Amino acid sequence: MFLGPGLAFTAVFVAVPVLLVLSYTVFDRGRFGGVEYDFTLDNFTRAFEPTFRKVLVSSLGIAAAATAIALAIGYPVAYAIAKLPERWRSLVLVLIVIPFWTNFLIRTYAWIVLLNTQGVLNDALVGLGLVDERIDLLYTRGAVVAGLVYVYLPLMILPIYASVARLERELPEASADLGGSRFATFVRVTFPLSLPGVVTGCIFVFVPSLGNFVVPELLGGGKTVMVGNLVRDQFLKARDWPFGATLALIMVVLLVALFALQSVVSRRFSVEAGR
Amino acid sequence: MRRSGLGFLWVALVGCLLFLYVPIATVVVTSFNSGKSALNIKGLSLRWYGELFDDPDLGHALLNSLTVAVGATVFSTVVGTMLAVGLVRFARSTVLDAFVMAPAILPDLMLAIGLLAFFTWLGLPLGLGTVTIAHAAFGTAFVVAVVRSRLVQLDGSLEEASQDLGAGWATTFVRITLPSVAPAVLAGALLAFTLSLDEFVIAFFTNGPDSPTLPIEIYSRVRFGVTPEINALASLLLLVSVVAVVAGAVAFRRTERER
Repeated sequence: MFLGPGLAFTAVFVAVPVLLVLSYTVFDRGRFGGVEYDFTLDNFTRAFEPTFRKVLVSSLGIAAAATAIALAIGYPVAYAIAKLPERWRSLVLVLIVIPFWTNFLIRTYAWIVLLNTQGVLNDALVGLGLVDERIDLLYTRGAVVAGLVYVYLPLMILPIYASVARLERELPEASADLGGSRFATFVRVTFPLSLPGVVTGCIFVFVPSLGNFVVPELLGGGKTVMVGNLVRDQFLKARDWPFGATLALIMVVLLVALFALQSVVSRRFSVEAGR
Repeated sequence: MRRSGLGFLWVALVGCLLFLYVPIATVVVTSFNSGKSALNIKGLSLRWYGELFDDPDLGHALLNSLTVAVGATVFSTVVGTMLAVGLVRFARSTVLDAFVMAPAILPDLMLAIGLLAFFTWLGLPLGLGTVTIAHAAFGTAFVVAVVRSRLVQLDGSLEEASQDLGAGWATTFVRITLPSVAPAVLAGALLAFTLSLDEFVIAFFTNGPDSPTLPIEIYSRVRFGVTPEINALASLLLLVSVVAVVAGAVAFRRTERER
């Protein structure tokens, strides 16, 4: 009685659509867009041709770089917030969350204003005499990575903060009492115990980065193409839905493989940390 | 933070806040620039805010977004709350949980292309109606998540007592279950509303050309670089989210203290 409407709705408007579009991966494109229901595996062979393989690899690289940088910034920040006195803590958390509740496109757009050749960063670089003439900061790979780090950084900080804040103070203190240096305590006690938060944060940044097509388009200016852009173009421009669906499926399979790897690794780590 | 040596943590924290706020602050400052170029500060003015309010396209887009968000939120809140109650009280199953949460976990691009294919296959004309359905699909999952986390904290003994005393399931639901999860239902509804207002990717795929939502309208403008009107709009949206987050934090603190 309670479950009926919701389950029916989810089945019709989530499960069926996703299965439908996944079924397209083994069909041909119609001559005028649309789908020709002849079984084929051509879409998959095509997806691994050098041009598309290059985009897949570079998307993985960009998403990985964004995740790594977000972790490098996010971990010390989350750790610092957890060490703050109580009344400062919630204020800083609110400050971290506010940009995240600002429209995603606006936050990406802010980097156009910042990195533009006539933009603030160029003004600063020229003003400080660091560069002789204005340089192209926008429409580069670096701009795409910076944009992804910027829009998803709070998703890295919050889970790490949650797992560090939950750590009982006794454990690090015990480690210190037993003669562990501050560094040893961090490496052998605090960090392993905060790993679940680290893993969650990395997933929260990596997943939306990999499928993103807005940041590469706005900050990469069409020069940096990610797999999300390809999917978008196949669906809305080239109208080759079967091929677009295939690329999306490959992206999701890559993500699922990463999740599987992550759960194996984190289980091993938590066993070691428990010892 | 105790003693020195941890000084770099301070640097990280302050650096991070600068990193988060300098880009937005740049937009806010340039929004008050009177010049056309938005980048070279010529003088202070509210010119772009004026043009913003005179722009009918943005007004329509905002109205479209609100229509979609209200429709999707009403639906998600009702269906999501019922689902959460059903999942916690009647059918505990990790498979069902995963099924219901799928739209919140799936990459948005996957849901977007799935729904585009499905609506086309059905022959439904793309427009605000299809966007509302699409937003209801993921909104429901978020309402379930929020309401369920509250329901599992309640042990259900009040509901049992109510039924032992002869109340039917409907009376029990309306008079016992619903009031005890009301704050969570409200929180879930607000989450669904905010997510819908902000959502771009799914709306972009499931919308027709005639009725852009606000994010779609913003996207079509920022694609061509810096636009002074968008600076003004961005500043206003930032103001809205500051107010919303601060109000949310204050309300959350108050309920925590009452507990």
